[in-house]
Amino acid sequence: MDFLVGITVLLCYQLIGEVLVLLSGIPVPGPVVGMVLLLLTLLARGKSAESLDGASTSLLSHLSLLFVPAGVGAMLHFQRIGSEWLPISVALVVSTLLTLVITALVMRSLLSLRARGGSASD
Amino acid sequence: MTETGLSTLWVYLSASPLLGLIITLLAYILSYHLYEAANRNPLLNPVALAMLILMALLFVTDTPYSTYFEGAQFVHFLLGPATVALAVPLYQQFSKLRALWPVILASILTGVFVATLSAVGIAWLLGGTPETLLSLAPKSVTTPVAMGISETIGGLPSLTAVMVVVTGILGAVFGTRIFDAMGIERDDVRGLAMGVAAHGIGTARAFQVSHQMGAFSGLAMALSAMATALLLPWLLGMLGLVS
Repeated sequence: MDFLVGITVLLCYQLIGEVLVLLSGIPVPGPVVGMVLLLLTLLARGKSAESLDGASTSLLSHLSLLFVPAGVGAMLHFQRIGSEWLPISVALVVSTLLTLVITALVMRSLLSLRARGGSASD
Repeated sequence: MTETGLSTLWVYLSASPLLGLIITLLAYILSYHLYEAANRNPLLNPVALAMLILMALLFVTDTPYSTYFEGAQFVHFLLGPATVALAVPLYQQFSKLRALWPVILASILTGVFVATLSAVGIAWLLGGTPETLLSLAPKSVTTPVAMGISETIGGLPSLTAVMVVVTGILGAVFGTRIFDAMGIERDDVRGLAMGVAAHGIGTARAFQVSHQMGAFSGLAMALSAMATALLLPWLLGMLGLVS
C-alpha cells in the first residue's frame, strides 16, 4: 500500500506540473515543475513520508532501465547517423568529456576559494 | 504446433504491447547480470548493452520501432514520475545544498554552457546539418526534458533521445575514471559534474558509487534540466540558430 501511495503522490505532482506548464506557457517540461513543487512541499512540511521515500528509491534505483526504449529509437535515425557520423560522434564524445572536466574543475576551484576566503575572514 | 499455428501465435504476440514490454525488461535484466558478472566494468554499461540486444532483435524479426514502442512506452512513461522523484534525494541533501548554493549554481551554469555550446560548435565545425545541431543541443539533459526542449527549438525529439542516451552512457563509462585521473576525490564535486554532463544515466552510476555522489548528481541533473530549458532557446537565438 505504501508503494501505491508514494507513486500516486509522484504522479499527482507530475500532473500538476504538466497542467501549470500548459496554462502558463513557460518553456520548462512538466515533470521538472512537478519536482520543484514536491521539493517545496517537503521543505514546507519539514519532513518526507516513508511511502514517498520508498517509491522514489525504487524508481531511482532502476533509473537507467527507463532510458532503454528511447535509446532503441536510434534505429529510426540510422540514415542520418550514418551520413553525419563524424560531427555527431565527435560532438558527443568531446562535449561530454569537456563538460565533465570543466564542471569538476570549476566547482573544485570555487570550493577552495570559498574555503580560503572563509579562513581568511575568521 | 503446426506452422500456421506458430505464425498465428507470432502475429498475435507481435501486435500485442506485452512483447515489447517483456523484451525490454528481459534485455535489461540480462545486461545488468552481465554487468554485475564483469564486476561492474563501466564498459559493459547495461543501457548500451540492452539497446544493442533490442535493436538486433527488432532487426532480425523485422519489427518496426513503432510496434516495439507500443509495449516499451510503459517503461518510457516512468521517466516522468522518476523526474519528480528526484525531489526526495534533493530534499535529503538540502542542508548541504543550502550551505554551498553559490558554488553549486555557478558550477551548474558553467556546465550547461559548456555542454550545449561545445556540442553545437563541434558538430557545426564538422559540417552537421541544422536539424542535427538543434537535436544535439540539449543532449546533456535527462530524456523527457531534452525531448521537450528539442521540440521547442525545432530539433528532432526522437534523435535527441538517442543523443541523450549516448551522452549518458559516455559519462557513466568515463566519468569516474576521468575524476580519478584528475585527482578529484570529493563525492559532491564528482556527483555534480556527473549530473550536469550525463543526467540520469550518470546519476544511476553515481548512486552505485555512494549515496552522496548520487544525490549531488541528481541535484545537478535536476537544476541543469531547468537551466537548459530556460536558457537554451535564448542562447540558440543569439547564435542565430533559431528565430
